[in-house]
Amino acid sequence: MSPLLEITQLTVGYGGGERPPVLAVQDLDLTVRPGEVVGIAGESGCGKSTLALAASGLLDPPGRVLGGSVRFDGQDLLGLSPPAWRRLRLRQIAMVFQASMNVLNPVLRIRDQFLDAMQAHGVNSRRDAHERTQAVFELVKIPARFLDAYPHQLSGGMRQRAVIALCLVLEPRLIFMDEPTTALDVVVQRAILQSVNDLRVQRDFAVVFITHDLSLLIEIADRIAIMYAGYLVEEASGPELYQDPLHPYTQALMQAFPPLGEVRSRLQGIPGQPPDLRRLPPGCPFAARCGKVQRGRCDAVQPAMTVVTPGHRVACHLYPLAAEGGKRA
Amino acid sequence: MPYLMRRVLVLLLTGWAALTINFVLPRLMPGNPAEVMLARFQGRLSPRALAALTVEFGVHTHQSLLTQYVVYWGHMLTGNFGLSLTYYPASVGQMVAQAFPWTLGLVGISTLIAFVLGTGIGIAAAWRHGSRLDGVLLPVSLLLSAMPYFWFALLILYVFGFVLGWFPVGGGLNLAHRVGGFAGLGTVVDHAILPAATITITAAGGWVLTMRNNMVAILGADFVKFARAKGLADRTVEIRYAARNAILPSFTGFAMAIGFVVGGALLTEIVFSYPGLGYLLYEAVLNLDYPLMQAIFLFISLAVLVANFLADLAYILLDPRVRAVGRP
Amino acid sequence: MTLRAFLANRRAMAGAAILVVFALLATLAPFLAPYSPTNINFPPMLGPSSAHLLGTTANGQDVLSQLIWGSRDTLLVGLLTATIISGIQLAVGIFGGYVGGWVDEVLSMLTNIFLVMPGLPLMIIVAAYVTVKGTVPIIFVITITGWAWGARVLRSQTLTLRSQAFVEAAQLSGESRWRIVLTHIVPNMAGILVANFFGAALYAVLSEAGLEFLGLGNVNTVTWGTMLYWAENDEALLMGLWQWMVLPGLCIALLGTAFGLLNFAVDEVVNPRLRRT
Ligand SMILES: Nc1ncnc2c1ncn2[C@@H]1O[C@H](COP(=O)(O)OP(=O)(O)O)[C@@H](O)[C@H]1O
Ligand SMILES: [Mg+2]
Repeated sequence: MSPLLEITQLTVGYGGGERPPVLAVQDLDLTVRPGEVVGIAGESGCGKSTLALAASGLLDPPGRVLGGSVRFDGQDLLGLSPPAWRRLRLRQIAMVFQASMNVLNPVLRIRDQFLDAMQAHGVNSRRDAHERTQAVFELVKIPARFLDAYPHQLSGGMRQRAVIALCLVLEPRLIFMDEPTTALDVVVQRAILQSVNDLRVQRDFAVVFITHDLSLLIEIADRIAIMYAGYLVEEASGPELYQDPLHPYTQALMQAFPPLGEVRSRLQGIPGQPPDLRRLPPGCPFAARCGKVQRGRCDAVQPAMTVVTPGHRVACHLYPLAAEGGKRA
Repeated sequence: MPYLMRRVLVLLLTGWAALTINFVLPRLMPGNPAEVMLARFQGRLSPRALAALTVEFGVHTHQSLLTQYVVYWGHMLTGNFGLSLTYYPASVGQMVAQAFPWTLGLVGISTLIAFVLGTGIGIAAAWRHGSRLDGVLLPVSLLLSAMPYFWFALLILYVFGFVLGWFPVGGGLNLAHRVGGFAGLGTVVDHAILPAATITITAAGGWVLTMRNNMVAILGADFVKFARAKGLADRTVEIRYAARNAILPSFTGFAMAIGFVVGGALLTEIVFSYPGLGYLLYEAVLNLDYPLMQAIFLFISLAVLVANFLADLAYILLDPRVRAVGRP
Repeated sequence: MTLRAFLANRRAMAGAAILVVFALLATLAPFLAPYSPTNINFPPMLGPSSAHLLGTTANGQDVLSQLIWGSRDTLLVGLLTATIISGIQLAVGIFGGYVGGWVDEVLSMLTNIFLVMPGLPLMIIVAAYVTVKGTVPIIFVITITGWAWGARVLRSQTLTLRSQAFVEAAQLSGESRWRIVLTHIVPNMAGILVANFFGAALYAVLSEAGLEFLGLGNVNTVTWGTMLYWAENDEALLMGLWQWMVLPGLCIALLGTAFGLLNFAVDEVVNPRLRRT
């Protein structure tokens, strides 16, 4: 199947001017196929949101795409004019923001915020618009009477689901979800994940699901990409990554967020801090925190991405054999 | 306490405070200002009028303060503000009633224009913030709002009234030609343009700054970013999502702004000899006409209170969050 | 960090520069002014000349000397009043916000009343009842009408800070109220306090000018406000003595702009949401 979203060698930086920019995403490759759920995991500050914003054309200054390309359905997104972007938004690509509890306009009724969106995309019949709105509201299981409410009259979880509904109303083919459930309690989180998954089956859209909690992804993602300090460090299918995490960072993440259902007694962060992106050390960015670090190698030479088995790649010096046996990605 | 009830309470208490200030000041101030005034008008007023004044200002009276206060309230509630000393035998009520519409028209219209203009410019500046326009607009607005109103009034009066002769140099309308209808209205407008321009220009600067700052803060809000992510037209994001929210603090800050504008308008009226409350207040102050002064203070306060209350109502209409909370 | 941001802020530096120039003018007045500002022995109504760079007034005073000396009282009243106003704002805002309960209710109500009461009319009638004209009554009337807005801002800031983790931790660890206020609350409001101070100074300078223009101050002192009072009374513009009228007003506007710039810039530095990206 031809890819829906194809990110190649993407580099995104913040700032610049006199000082060199802070590189929040570096040389990143990622593909999303139609109807697929791709999970992106990594600690806070490793560039997940930046990646999603850059790929959906929502990066604000001082953020800037410094290199690489993003193609959607074969079309180059980075060179798109603002009007062309506007037409693409919500119809083709939607984005559930990290702070999605606060993304509704506090002074407009929910219904009007749906209507605005549809009007902007040429759904001019009011009846059609109302029907679509009602339908997605049902999908996310919010009673229709809340359509005439203002955002502050909804609970946090409801607001979040209303935003997801809004992102679905024009049946986009790709939805970015940036930590859509982080602020919610576990029960609500699961309910939302469940409904996203059900919806995906019904509506057939692809999802890029971003979280710092790897355990969530193992349940729902077809493929999982692990990010560290702006780099993609490992990518594999969900079951494969669960069974056989290769990168020491992935293993540490797995320890820190054991899958749901397993005992969470060991729940703690990964020892140490992610490196300061303004002063990345040479070599592997994880070297300083890695239990399997090889001195003189990991802190000197940056590991290249290698394909270990088909569909499973990792950037780590522990897997050189694969690099010789397999082909370099 | 619900928002509206709180605002009504403020309204009532402030009204009471304004009335009480009028009662307390002449009795409290050192140097017995009321006696000074009475001495000045001895012989110029009828004995009855003088006697009424002594009661009104609590001079040479054996009544207790409380009795005086009750009597005072009775007078205020029945609209009995006494006689004007300057315009004797006209009553204070008549003088205020004559001047009030002029001020209301002048201040009302120029405030409205200033608000719309300033807010609009503020929105535009914030939308392009960091641009040259924004960079220039800020110091200019600051300079405009830091200018003394009366000084600016004097300058444009001199330039456009005396030097260029485009506009009349004072008054409210031209009584020399007894014209009615549209021509009469024309002279009223003619006389109002310079004072209105003074108030509008100096007041707009403040609104530009307020709106620009609120709007810049709102533009960083998540719901504005999401509005863009929905693919809405720029104009819709700017107005319906950003500005619509950014304007709310302008209503809560209205109290201070309107007080400032009214103060400026009074000074402007004085410069243009405009026949409104400001000019009347000036004459009352010059002539130590305390009854007139008090009534004008009271009416200005009440008018400002009402304006504030209207702003509060507008705020309630514009912000669903302060309306009664409840699930639909 | 904050100081660096402040120093790098062009508006702040422009405001500070204007303020410094006026402050120098005020302190060095005896050396800079060619004559005494109250000397009335010059020929009246002179245009600019080498002896009188800015001409003379209708009373035969040197306009330049008056302008230079006038900066003294104008600045003094502005800064002094702003200091008093800031003190009241701090006391009312923090006390109400921190103590809470009925004390807060009463103080907020009082603040709201003074906020809604129109300032200049109140100043005018109070000043009109004051039989002794001078600087002290002017400072007094500006103060009572000018404290309310800042008190409201500081109160809501106190409420925000009070519920923050580090303040609650200090409360739990048994620190005394006043210690908490002095070591945790006030330092965290420093930026807003400074911004409010400049806002109050702007209000004071403009109010002072208005009151003096109406003759409600002591018209025999030399300030920019009283200069305008005399210039207007003696019809300076009609006499062609435009510099006598234009310059004092311009100085007030510039001083006000300086305070406004500083107010704005401090706000911008301490409130990251206003910062330019
Ligand atoms: N607006 C910004 N300005 C400057 N740097 C930023 C900005 N947003 C993010 N960054 C930098 O980019 C890095 C990645 O941030 P982000 O993409 O938000 O990470 P994540 O979503 O994984 O938590 C952060 O470490 C931060 O230093
Ligand atoms: Mg993030």
